[in-house]
Amino acid sequence: MTHSSTLARGGADTSAPSRRSRKRTRRSGLSPKAVPYVLLLPGFLVIAVLLLYPLYQMVEMSFHKVGLRQIKAVNPAPADFVGWDNYSQILDSDLFWSSLRNTVLFAVVTVALTLVLGTLVGLLLNKLGPKMSTFVIVGIMAAWATPPTAQAIVWKWLFDSDSGIVNWTLNLLPDWLSNLLFGRADWSGHPWFNDTLTLYFVLIVAVVWASFPFISVSVLAGLKSIPSELYEAAKMDGSGAVLTFRRITLPLLKPVFSVLVVLSIIWDFKVFTQLYLLAGGTVNRDAFNLSLWSYAEAFSSPPKMGLGAAIAVVLTVILLLITFVYVRQIVKTEDDIR
Amino acid sequence: MSPLARRRLGRAALNAAGVVVFLFAVFPVYWMVTTAFKPNDQIFTTSFIPFPSPPSMDHISRVFTKGVAGHSIWQYLFNSTLVALSAVVLGAVFALLAATAVARFRFRFRTSFLILLLIVQMVPAEALLIPLFTMVKRLGLYDQLLGLIIINVGLTLPFSVWMLRTFVAAVPKELEEASWIDGAGRFTTFWRVLFPLVAPGLVATSIFAFITTWNEFVYALTLIGDQGKYTMPVALQFFVGQRSTDWGGIMAASTLMTIPVLIFFLLVQRRMVSGLVAGAVKG
Repeated sequence: MTHSSTLARGGADTSAPSRRSRKRTRRSGLSPKAVPYVLLLPGFLVIAVLLLYPLYQMVEMSFHKVGLRQIKAVNPAPADFVGWDNYSQILDSDLFWSSLRNTVLFAVVTVALTLVLGTLVGLLLNKLGPKMSTFVIVGIMAAWATPPTAQAIVWKWLFDSDSGIVNWTLNLLPDWLSNLLFGRADWSGHPWFNDTLTLYFVLIVAVVWASFPFISVSVLAGLKSIPSELYEAAKMDGSGAVLTFRRITLPLLKPVFSVLVVLSIIWDFKVFTQLYLLAGGTVNRDAFNLSLWSYAEAFSSPPKMGLGAAIAVVLTVILLLITFVYVRQIVKTEDDIR
Repeated sequence: MSPLARRRLGRAALNAAGVVVFLFAVFPVYWMVTTAFKPNDQIFTTSFIPFPSPPSMDHISRVFTKGVAGHSIWQYLFNSTLVALSAVVLGAVFALLAATAVARFRFRFRTSFLILLLIVQMVPAEALLIPLFTMVKRLGLYDQLLGLIIINVGLTLPFSVWMLRTFVAAVPKELEEASWIDGAGRFTTFWRVLFPLVAPGLVATSIFAFITTWNEFVYALTLIGDQGKYTMPVALQFFVGQRSTDWGGIMAASTLMTIPVLIFFLLVQRRMVSGLVAGAVKG
């Protein structure tokens, strides 16, 4: 109703405003068709220069040998074309398999844990009373807001070998239980960051801690958008809690989940800051994931930028394949995009 | 058990679960803040000290006066603020123009541009580090905060446009049409009608970009070599020594760095979710 009347009103006096607007465009020298392009141009240029061109350059560098002499500010030497050399060097390296393993295993475990914990907390928030739910949301917001560098540092402190609270807590366990579970009773001075496995354990805890709040709040938003009539109808039909969850909640949350899964995979696949800080830089080669390895090759001396770029290409290709799923989902759900 | 008692028990169990979640989320932050206020003998200990007694300002005042890596923490806070604010202001201009274009006009490359935005958002910033490093180096911007500012504008822009376009789209088009009919020019309409209405959205988007830039670590680490130009995230790691870590100092600095982000987070929390999951949450 309102819509059609607006249209009618617009149709009634088309002549007057359009004449006026033509006069105005002549003054500014801009045809109405060009306006969106003019508005878009600065932003597009920024993206092209700072994201698209480097993307192309990354691929190009991965086929060249780029060292110190090629990256000098003054008179850089031309880079030698080496074909697929950098890539075959990656595949031959032991580090490739260990860092691919670290990347994938970390992402799988972290994404699974984050989503399960995040969803459970989201469901919990939906069930809690308004005061309690606000209280919990403010709490999880604190974890979410902590900057990645501070996250890594705090967890490093909690797992510190001598004065860390985790070792102190583990020492509280009765000796027989601790022996049964971990094969050790005395945790004083136990180092967590020398061994790759325990290092990744702390990393997983830290990243799950920092990322589950986003999942919870999103799931909560999704739950709130489900009309309560659906639940009432299910109840009338005698559906139990489990069945209602499986047949109503899950299907309706599916679009939210698919976006959350892909976003989490993407974020956890390229984790850098937390790993860099927990592993203490690039000294522990066994703990590398793909992004830390790429960084280590490109920025240790002598810099092997070409090799680092090739590793980055491998990482990007994997991520873009996953992104494809995300983009398809967004394009499907967001009618406004087409 | 009567149904009422069972309901009460269920409620109590849910609230207990809520408290557990709260403690898990808050404890590390609580531990960071309390460690910052503990004197060293309460930090380097094998016993559990839940609260600093008495609270000591030693570490806080030390990071300001003595600092780390030869500079007071003021210097790093200043650098971080300068980089984040400049990147946000520049980015906001580009983002507002582009968001207006995609939200208000239908044109040929609109869909392609929106899909491009989604894809470049997903390219890992860590992967672009190498080409951007060489670019910055060639332009003579290595070791300059300006280089870092420009990079951060690029890194945050796709998301800003993506988030801002929904705010622009939410402003009823009729308002602009009315302003046109009243004879206002394109610029006046934009500045007097659209801008004030989009301003809250622009603030939310800017806060998000601010947090991203404030937290950014890997570019700040590689593009800056001069210690006086470090940003907070990079300066933090200099509390970690070869043999021992200055836990009191690093916790004081981490706390100082977290406070602004926490405040901003509480301000824009709800909008952030809608920006990230975009169309998936309909509400």
